[in-house]
Amino acid sequence: MMNAIEIKGLTKKYKDTVAVNNLCLSIKEGELFSLLGVNGAGKTTTIKMLSCLTKPTKGDAFLKGKSICSNSDEVKRIIAVSPQETAVALGLSVYENLELMCGVYGFTKEKKNEKIKELTKLLGLETQIGKKAGKLSGGWQRRLSIAMALISEPQILFLDEPTLGLDVIARSDLWDIIRSLKGKVTIILTTHYMEEAEALSDRIAIMKDGELLICETADKIKEAANTDNFEEAFIRIVKGAMK
Amino acid sequence: MRMLSFASRNTKEILRDPINLAFGLGFPLILILLLSAIQANIPVKLFEIGHLTPGITVFGLSFMSLFSATIIAKDRSSSLLQRLYTTPLTAADFILGYTLPIIPLAIAQSIVCYIAAIILGLEITINILYANLLIIPVSILYIALGLLCGSLLNDKQAGGICGALLTNVSAWLSGIWFDIELMGGTFKKIAYLLPFVHAVDMERAILSSDFAGIFPHIWWVLGYSIVLLVMAITVFLRQMKKQ
Repeated sequence: MMNAIEIKGLTKKYKDTVAVNNLCLSIKEGELFSLLGVNGAGKTTTIKMLSCLTKPTKGDAFLKGKSICSNSDEVKRIIAVSPQETAVALGLSVYENLELMCGVYGFTKEKKNEKIKELTKLLGLETQIGKKAGKLSGGWQRRLSIAMALISEPQILFLDEPTLGLDVIARSDLWDIIRSLKGKVTIILTTHYMEEAEALSDRIAIMKDGELLICETADKIKEAANTDNFEEAFIRIVKGAMK
Repeated sequence: MRMLSFASRNTKEILRDPINLAFGLGFPLILILLLSAIQANIPVKLFEIGHLTPGITVFGLSFMSLFSATIIAKDRSSSLLQRLYTTPLTAADFILGYTLPIIPLAIAQSIVCYIAAIILGLEITINILYANLLIIPVSILYIALGLLCGSLLNDKQAGGICGALLTNVSAWLSGIWFDIELMGGTFKKIAYLLPFVHAVDMERAILSSDFAGIFPHIWWVLGYSIVLLVMAITVFLRQMKKQ
């Protein structure tokens, strides 16, 4: 299978702090890949570099063969980001938010109508379509945020802590939505929830202080840490790196 | 097309805020009515309708600064702008998308003020049309000031600076409420180094058929508009790259 993302020595330095250090990774097409780590591990900085929000200090990454350093305009056409906080226009309705994204990607009227219909159905937003985004609950806002990311038919989707702060039911609903996208879109997910990474991911990368500690399937990570519990495996690997 | 989608979203966000409408349209109207009532009882040349209205139309534009500063600062504090940075929208799309929606609002505000003035006795002449056209460069000046504040400050600070400080500076140093000539000295020098009094003098000149009188004020207005717009664009782009 072709690689959707090739990361080659990606480094980001902020004055004296190294946020991401010489990261090298390959992510396959259609793979659901999770980035795990404690706060300050470099997950969000990695996503920001891959989505062309911030330039790397050193190294490069190729998304579908397009460089984030020299071809960021092309990269922006094939990716979508659902940021850590819910990124919706609060004064607009659900429909208008989706319409905004269609306009930003230059869709025709027919394509806009088709995509809005498709996404509202996929994300179960039909009952909320006329409501102002600012009046929606956190779970619905998060669904809308993901719908806005998906509307451009991205080949690569970045989900930065998509279930942060959601209740159990809303989280479970979002897991189902993310699962339904598996294989169709390459998904890079960052999360603090171990069970989320274990349940959803094909492979998981664990980062600490900007360094990649391990990149494997959940089962192999547990095996490497010599435990049956994924959370325990994460703790052992991260604490092991501290020694 | 892309820019227009973004501009349309900004227009909706501004118009759906009732406080914006109350201040943008209501406050200048109240001032015209109030000062005209004072004028009816205690006649003062400064508050004669032909002299007062151009000043009020310029003063009303300080609320346009507030609109542009608030929307950009709010967007910066949310993740929406971060999401939009990862789309094909260009820097020019962002700047125009924030600027263009406010220009019709500024013109509408000026027209409403002139309609009120006509009801209160202002003679209908073609100069009213010219005055409304000349309000465009003045509105760009105020919008650029707002963009600059919104790009530099958070939404609370931007609200304070544009909502309180700028409205006061614009009021005291523009010769709307009192004759700058009466103050003389340093106050007059400072006032004429800033664009506000030039904008008011230019509007008064055009309304009173003194076409030569718009010079050199128009150069001051255009000069400040260009410089502030370039500064706003530079700061906005720097903030965009900082992401």
